[in-house]
Amino acid sequence: MAEAKEMKKVLFGPILDNNPIALQILGVCSALAITTKLETALVMSLALTAVCAFSNLFISIIRNHIPSSVRIIIQMTIIASLVIVVDQILKAYSYQVAKELSVFVGLIITNCIVMGRAEAYAMKSPPFMSFLDGIGNGLGYSFVLIVIGTIKELFGFGTILGFEILPLVQNGGWYQGNGLLILPFSSFILIGGLIWFIRTIRPEQVEPKE
Amino acid sequence: MSAKKETLGKTIGIVVAVCLACSIVVSGAAVGLRELQKTNAAIDKQSNIVEAAGLMDIANGDIAGTFDKYVEERFVDLSTGTYVDVPDGFDMYRAAKDPDYMVRVEGSNVGFLRRSSVASVYVVKNDAGKVERVVLPVHGSGLWDLMYGFLAIDADGNTVRELVYYQHKETPGLGAEILNPSWKAKWDGKKLFKDGEVAIQVKKNANPDNEYAVDALSGATLTSNGVQNTLSYWVGENGFGPYLKKQSWKS
Repeated sequence: MAEAKEMKKVLFGPILDNNPIALQILGVCSALAITTKLETALVMSLALTAVCAFSNLFISIIRNHIPSSVRIIIQMTIIASLVIVVDQILKAYSYQVAKELSVFVGLIITNCIVMGRAEAYAMKSPPFMSFLDGIGNGLGYSFVLIVIGTIKELFGFGTILGFEILPLVQNGGWYQGNGLLILPFSSFILIGGLIWFIRTIRPEQVEPKE
Repeated sequence: MSAKKETLGKTIGIVVAVCLACSIVVSGAAVGLRELQKTNAAIDKQSNIVEAAGLMDIANGDIAGTFDKYVEERFVDLSTGTYVDVPDGFDMYRAAKDPDYMVRVEGSNVGFLRRSSVASVYVVKNDAGKVERVVLPVHGSGLWDLMYGFLAIDADGNTVRELVYYQHKETPGLGAEILNPSWKAKWDGKKLFKDGEVAIQVKKNANPDNEYAVDALSGATLTSNGVQNTLSYWVGENGFGPYLKKQSWKS
């Protein structure tokens, strides 16, 4: 029972209680750039979740053999290989989205969430729990991306996943798209707002005043 | 345990083993998926050509089949406008760097310095084998980077049917509106040449009835200028001008 409870905490904790973007403030850069459309945000979430889960798994399997002097390099090697594999798979099975994500899939390598979880969790925990931790943090990242992506696409383009919700003036409708929301930096404001919201319902996340 | 795993031999051993395993996985994925990726890239290009050819409705999802049935790729010597033969696997964008094909671009603000002397064109025929459109690959600089697209011209060599961009880095919502269907629709029926001179213009507040002008994108002046420069160059004397004058597809 304790096992199941622990598993649940590892898997779902990162969504609200320990969100990698909102609380750990990791992986913000990619969250800014690829949330303009919900579809890219979804694919990016999937890619990151897969990479994070499997890198945690593999690193955890060999954690007792990794010499601490070169551990970061070994983690990077494993993460980079996984990212390249994901990139190749995307190009093979989802060419259009791969084209839009372009460089950002490659940049998962430098996404602090993956490195951070490998270093903070997978190096100390058994493989299965590490795998769950990877998925959990991937979900936390996905949660933020999906929320931001939905807001940006809905109010920026008037669509959700390409389906028209608010007909744009350019297409003969009534809705004037918010040009600000289309640009990457508007995610800063939205992520800030999201952090505010999460900390309002989870006041224990507020850092003590210095 | 921890003392043991820090020896030089073990460290090197682990690093080599990890690198080896990773490289096998990566190269395995790259080799295993290459065919699929190539097909995807080819289909992506073909689907843009099919769109420019106005065959999307007929294709009904079968891009490769439609492409094979109605579209024929030919190669044109841009200086004379006649068809030429090229080696297999010829790529006009790669050939721009090949000394055998390289031509310098001078006195133009189209945004690149070299082009190939031979270019691909896609001749679109109907069921009866009559040429309906020619699709010309065009590219030129936009606001951020080169924009690549296809310009579909009617068999009269003068009337624009479609302008389809397939690769660009313009700002979403502003310059990227070059992909907006309602803007793309404005090109249908516009004329390129007036008395033999390139007359097509991308300009602000263009009258929709004006055959030679297309309304510029609001908030994207530099992208609109880029489209203008691209077209002026590619349908002009240094681009497909001679080919369009000669109308080589008719013979």
